[in-house]
Amino acid sequence: MTPWAIELIGINKRFGEVHANKDIDLKVKRGTIHGIVGENGAGKSTLMSILYGFYTADSGQILVNGTPHAITDSRHALQLGIGMVHQHFTLVDNFSILENVVLGVEHSPLLAPTFAKARAELKRLASEYSLDVDPGAIVEDVSVGLQQRVEILKALYRGAEVLILDEPTGVLTPAEADHLFRVLRVLREQGKTIILITHKLREIMAITDSVSVMRQGEMVATLETAGTSPEELAELMVGRRVLLRVEKGPANPGKVLLEVVDLVVTDDLKVPRVKGINFKVRAGEIVGIAGVAGNGQSELLEAVSGIRDQKSGDVVLNGSKLSLEGDDGAARARLAGLAHVPEDRQRMGLVINFEEWENSILGYQDDPAYGKGVLLDIDAARRQAAERMEKFDIRPTNVRLKTANFSGGNQQKIVLAREMERDPLVLVVGQPTRGVDIGAVEFIHNQIIKMRDAGKAILLVSVELDEIRSLSDRILVMFDGKIVGEADPATATEGELGLMMAGIGTKEAAP
Amino acid sequence: MSVRRPLPRWADVALLPLLNLLLALIISGAVVMLIGQNPLDALRIITYGAFGYGEGFGYTLHFATNFVFTGLAVAVAAHAGLFNIGAEGQAYVAGIGAILVGLTMDQTHWLLVLPLAIIASAAIGGFWALIPGYLQAKRGSHVVITTIMFNFIASALMVYLLTRVLKPVGQMDPTSAAVTGAGKLPQLRDFMSFFGYAPLNITIFIAIAALILVYVLIWHTRLGFAMRTLGHNPVASSYAGISNSRLIMITMTISGALAGMVAVNQVLGVQARLQLDFPSGYGFVGIAVALMGRNHPIGIALSAMLFGALYQGGLELQFSMPAITRDMIVVIQALVILFTGAMEGLLRPGLESAFMLYGARQKAAAPAGPGS
Repeated sequence: MTPWAIELIGINKRFGEVHANKDIDLKVKRGTIHGIVGENGAGKSTLMSILYGFYTADSGQILVNGTPHAITDSRHALQLGIGMVHQHFTLVDNFSILENVVLGVEHSPLLAPTFAKARAELKRLASEYSLDVDPGAIVEDVSVGLQQRVEILKALYRGAEVLILDEPTGVLTPAEADHLFRVLRVLREQGKTIILITHKLREIMAITDSVSVMRQGEMVATLETAGTSPEELAELMVGRRVLLRVEKGPANPGKVLLEVVDLVVTDDLKVPRVKGINFKVRAGEIVGIAGVAGNGQSELLEAVSGIRDQKSGDVVLNGSKLSLEGDDGAARARLAGLAHVPEDRQRMGLVINFEEWENSILGYQDDPAYGKGVLLDIDAARRQAAERMEKFDIRPTNVRLKTANFSGGNQQKIVLAREMERDPLVLVVGQPTRGVDIGAVEFIHNQIIKMRDAGKAILLVSVELDEIRSLSDRILVMFDGKIVGEADPATATEGELGLMMAGIGTKEAAP
Repeated sequence: MSVRRPLPRWADVALLPLLNLLLALIISGAVVMLIGQNPLDALRIITYGAFGYGEGFGYTLHFATNFVFTGLAVAVAAHAGLFNIGAEGQAYVAGIGAILVGLTMDQTHWLLVLPLAIIASAAIGGFWALIPGYLQAKRGSHVVITTIMFNFIASALMVYLLTRVLKPVGQMDPTSAAVTGAGKLPQLRDFMSFFGYAPLNITIFIAIAALILVYVLIWHTRLGFAMRTLGHNPVASSYAGISNSRLIMITMTISGALAGMVAVNQVLGVQARLQLDFPSGYGFVGIAVALMGRNHPIGIALSAMLFGALYQGGLELQFSMPAITRDMIVVIQALVILFTGAMEGLLRPGLESAFMLYGARQKAAAPAGPGS
C-alpha cells in the first residue's frame, strides 16, 4: 500500500477560456494534515471539487490509495472515503442533529432502526474523536461551531477517511477554531487524512504537516510546513514580496468627530443586541472594535450608519446629533458626512448585478454631481468611476463590467473608492479585508491609514484580531452588546484581548 | 467559481425567445395535427390574418397597444422586485376614470378629452395598485397575494357600478351610457383607409410614448436607479439611503397607472362605453409580455406585437378553419405563453453549454479571469 491517500496527476480543467487548473500534481500522505493555500480564484476550490466529484477534470488522473478512479459524483467520492465539509454548511436548519447526520443514508424504510444505529455510531465517534454533540438538538439552535462539528460527523458517519475542509475557520470564534484544530489533530492521530483549504497563513503554520500553494490555476510549490514561513508562503501566493505587517506613524488625534451616547439597538426580532454603548472617535485616529462575531458589532455599525433604527441613545457627528429614524436614515447620515463600508459587501455594499459605474454611485444617486433634476448624468458617473478605477487600481478597468465579475478584492475596492472619495468626516468600516486577496489587503490597509492621516475619524470593526491590532490606535472590546474594555494596541497582548472578548476581562471602558 | 457563463446579450434577448417561440409553435402544430388539420395551413392563416392585409394588421396593432400598457405595468414593478399580477383589475377600475371624462367632456374636443382621460385613468389605476403597494410597504402583505385579490375586488366593484350606478335608466345591458361626440377618440382608419374597420386609434401613440418614457425612467433617472437597486438587492437599497417603503408605493402607483391606459384605449377608443369585463385578460397576458420582453421596452414592444398577432390571427383561424374552435385558439395562445413566459428558462442551460463549447474552441480574447 502506498503512503499516499490521494494522488492527483496532471489535472486540467477549463471553464470556457478560463484555465482554472493547469496540469496540477498533488500528493497527500495518509494520516497527515495537508494545507492548500492560494488567493481567491487560484483554483483551490475547483481542484477540490474535482476530487469530490462535483466537476470532472478535462484530463488527468485521480488515485485513491494508489488505485486510479474516475470520480463521477460526490456519492462516488464518499464511497471511496472522501468527505467534504463545505464553507457554507449543507444542513437542514430545522432538523435535529441526528436527522441531519442520517439524511440521505437512511438504510431502512422506517426511521427507527436508522436512528438507533446512528445514535450508537455518534456515541462511538464522540468518544473516539472528542466530537460531542447532543443528537436531539435542533441545528438552528446550536452555535456555528457546533454546526460545523455536525458537518464533520456527517462525513465521518459516511465512512470518510479523507476529509476536505473548505475555509473552515471563517465563521468560527477563536475558541471554536482552537477546538476545531484539536479535533483535527485527534483525527490525524486516528489515521484520517485531512486536506485544509484556507487563506489564513497562521492556520497553515499552526496545524498542517505540509502545504501546497496555488497561484492562477497552477500548483507553484509543495512544502513541508516546518521548513517554511508565512512570508515565503505569501510571496508564493501573490508572486511578489508582500508586507504582512502594516506600517503606520503615530496617531495625531484632534477634536471628537463621532460620538455614540447610550446607544441601544435591537435586532429584527426585537432582541437587544447593543446594550447601551458610549464611545468617541477623534479626528485622525482609528478606533478598532474587537470582538467575536455576533456580539452586537453588526448592529452597532448599522445603527451608526442609519440603516437600522436605534432604540435609544444618540449618534453625534461633529457636534450635531444625527436624526436617523425611518428607512432612509442612511441618506441623512451620508449627507452629514458619514461614509460606511459595510461588513458584507455583496449583501449590502454592492448590487452585484449592476455595472461597476452604477455601484460607484450607489448611495449617492441623488447627488447633484450626477446630473440635474430627475435625470441621471450617466456620462459624468462613468467618467468619475473610471477615474476612481485608476486611482484605486480596480481591475479589470471597465466601468461597464458587471460587478459580479470582479474578484472579491476588487469589489471591496469599488466600495472603498466610493466611500473614501466622498471626502467624509467619519469613515465607518466593517471587515475591510474579509475574503480579500493578500495583495489587496495591503492596499486597503494603506488607504485606511491615509484617511486617518488626512484627519478623518475612523471606526473599524473586524473579527480579525490581527487586523484590529495592527490598524487601530485604540482598541475597544465588545462583548454581549457592551464595551467591556479598552486596550492600547501597542501593549495589549493577544491573550489579554482574547480574555476580554470572551467576557472575562476586568478593565472598565473609558469613553 | 462559476461554471456556467451567461449568454452573449444578443442570444439572451433575441435567440432564446425565438427558440422558445419556435418550440411553442411546434407543439401547437402537433396539437393542430392531432385534430386532423394541417398545421402549416394554420400557421399561414394566422400570419396572413395578422399581417397580410390592412384591417388585420390594424387589429394586430390594436391588441398590441393594450399589451404594451400591461406589459410595461408588469415590467416597471418587476424592476423594483415587485410582481404586479393586478394589471387586469387596475385597468378595469381605471375604466371609471376614462368613461367619466368621456361622458362629461363629450361636447368638447378630443384634444381635451385625451389628456384628461389619461390623467383620470392613470390616477384611478395607480390608486388601485397603490393600496397593495401600501400594504406591502407598511404591513408586509405580499403584493402577489394582494394584487390578485384586488382583481376580484375590482371585478365586484365594477359589476356593482355598472348595474346600479353607471347604467342609464331603462337600459337592460350592464353598460354605461355611450359616448358619441368628442369623447370617442380619433380612429386611424379615418385618416388611413388602409386599416379598414380596425379599431386602431390614437392611443397607439400613447403606447409608443409610454415605451420611451419607461425606458428613460428605468435607465436614465434617479428614481429608476433606486427602483433597480431595490429590485436587485433590498438590503443594498436601504444601505444606500433609499426609503424602500416609499419606493414600493411609488413603483406600484406608476405600474397601476400604466395598466390604466388600457381603459383609455378600450373604453374611449373602441367600445365608446364602459362594458363589463372590458380588459378581457389583457392584464394577465401582460405578465407573459413582460417576461418574454425581458422587462425591456424594446422587448415588450416586440412581444406585444407577437401576442397582438396571435390574438388577431387566432380570430382569423377560427373563421377559416371551422375545425379549430375558440378553445383551440386559447390552447395555442396558452402554449406560447407557457413557453415564452413561464418556461422561458427551459432552453437556457442547453444554450449556455452550446455557447461554452463554441467559445472554448474559439480563441476568444476576453480579458476576464476566473471569478472568485
